[in-house]
Amino acid sequence: MPPRQTEPGSPAVSSIDALLQAFASEKFGRDAQSIRRLTGGASQEIWQINMAEDEAYIVRRPPGGEIKPGANQVTPDDEVKLLQIAFKAGICVPEIVHSFQHDEPLYPGYVMRFIAGETMARKILRDTEFDSIRGKLAYQCGAALAAIHAIPVADCPDLPTSFAEDELEKYSDILHQHGHPQPVFELAIRWLRDNLPPTRAASLVHGDFRNGNLMIRPDIGLASILDWELTHLGDPMEDLGWICVPSWRFGAIDNPVGGFGRRQDLYAGYTDNGGQIDETIARYWEIFGALKWGIMCLIMVEIFEAGVDTSIERAAIGRRASETQIDLLIMLTQENATY
Amino acid sequence: MQDKPDASTLIEAVSSFLVNVAAPKLEGRDRFHARIAENVLAITAREAQYAGVFEAAQTNRLQNLLSAATDHNATQGETKDDIVILNHSLCQYIADGKLNLQNSELIQHLIKTTMGKLAINQPNYAGYQKARALGWPEEDGYDGL
Repeated sequence: MPPRQTEPGSPAVSSIDALLQAFASEKFGRDAQSIRRLTGGASQEIWQINMAEDEAYIVRRPPGGEIKPGANQVTPDDEVKLLQIAFKAGICVPEIVHSFQHDEPLYPGYVMRFIAGETMARKILRDTEFDSIRGKLAYQCGAALAAIHAIPVADCPDLPTSFAEDELEKYSDILHQHGHPQPVFELAIRWLRDNLPPTRAASLVHGDFRNGNLMIRPDIGLASILDWELTHLGDPMEDLGWICVPSWRFGAIDNPVGGFGRRQDLYAGYTDNGGQIDETIARYWEIFGALKWGIMCLIMVEIFEAGVDTSIERAAIGRRASETQIDLLIMLTQENATY
Repeated sequence: MQDKPDASTLIEAVSSFLVNVAAPKLEGRDRFHARIAENVLAITAREAQYAGVFEAAQTNRLQNLLSAATDHNATQGETKDDIVILNHSLCQYIADGKLNLQNSELIQHLIKTTMGKLAINQPNYAGYQKARALGWPEEDGYDGL
């Protein structure tokens, strides 16, 4: 392997390799068969340790081992606590096998058991091996969300509380700092402000529960819920709306839940497992979600222009804001649209 | 610029090189990015063709909308022709509630403007097809399908 650039204030990538090797020998009492860096998101550094054919682990660290100050994300330590609470509650999440401590060179970060499955939304929606399970996914998602929302807030680590009003101010500020006028987004903001749901007791909200962050297996369906970095306390209906945002249907727009299912099945899975649905508020969060994703597409242009990520993929995504604008217009003007 | 070949022909030449020569030699992530590059070139080609016509139609509608909504005792109305400034004013009117969902002229303008954006940025987006199925109009001056 050619030497890679050292990231500031952190062990070089090649030495992370060695540190992971040393960790594996000590933790499992034998050498790892192989260690490789997975192509993960820019927000996380993800490694895989293979111990045996059927035994592997995933290591997650913030990029370069540094937590960006002011980042709107759960810290790795709190993520570990959340995953452990969820695991104990019987929710399908990866089992944490180690959390790096301050005196360990790989701090901050954690190690979890590898779970096999598919996260690529388009494969889940189109590959024939998922044909028989696809119809069950919406119900399973509803059941899983009910279990997440039933976790007592008192058991959770210290997380930010953010209801619709707070989230709306946050994204409206981001849009206005971005500066380029977007009248459709302005119309959506106004509507969302005029129709704020009543504040209810805060629940644990996953914050990014959508097709793409769910690991699906052809035999059992929902196998694992990933990406807990945006978890916060707030309105549980936020999670039920976000998974129905048209952009997360990946072209299969007539299946509102993630492109694979029906709202009634999502809601049935939720209520059958103790959740209380408010369909009007869930719909509110679908509209909010379309706005939020649209604004996120816009600000990715800034990441490109600032030279942080100069990939063509990053450059192109800004134009995807227009898909959320047509979605918002349809949702805001068509009373009975099956959208 | 009057010289030949024109911009859209040049974009076509780059696109053809990308698809037929470069992309087959790439793999993995690079190949994926080549596909995105091809898509980006198609956006620029459509933009070169339609942006001028669309912006003229939008500017015209914005001026009408804003002048109808402006208190004529206060200002001379909106006669500016900078589309970004006009859009800033429109955003302010929407935020203030002076123009809202009940204003059919506003909604018609936003629909046409957004249909024009999709015709350039994402003509294959499922929601765009859905809007067409609802009978929503294309942006003025759009002649492709």
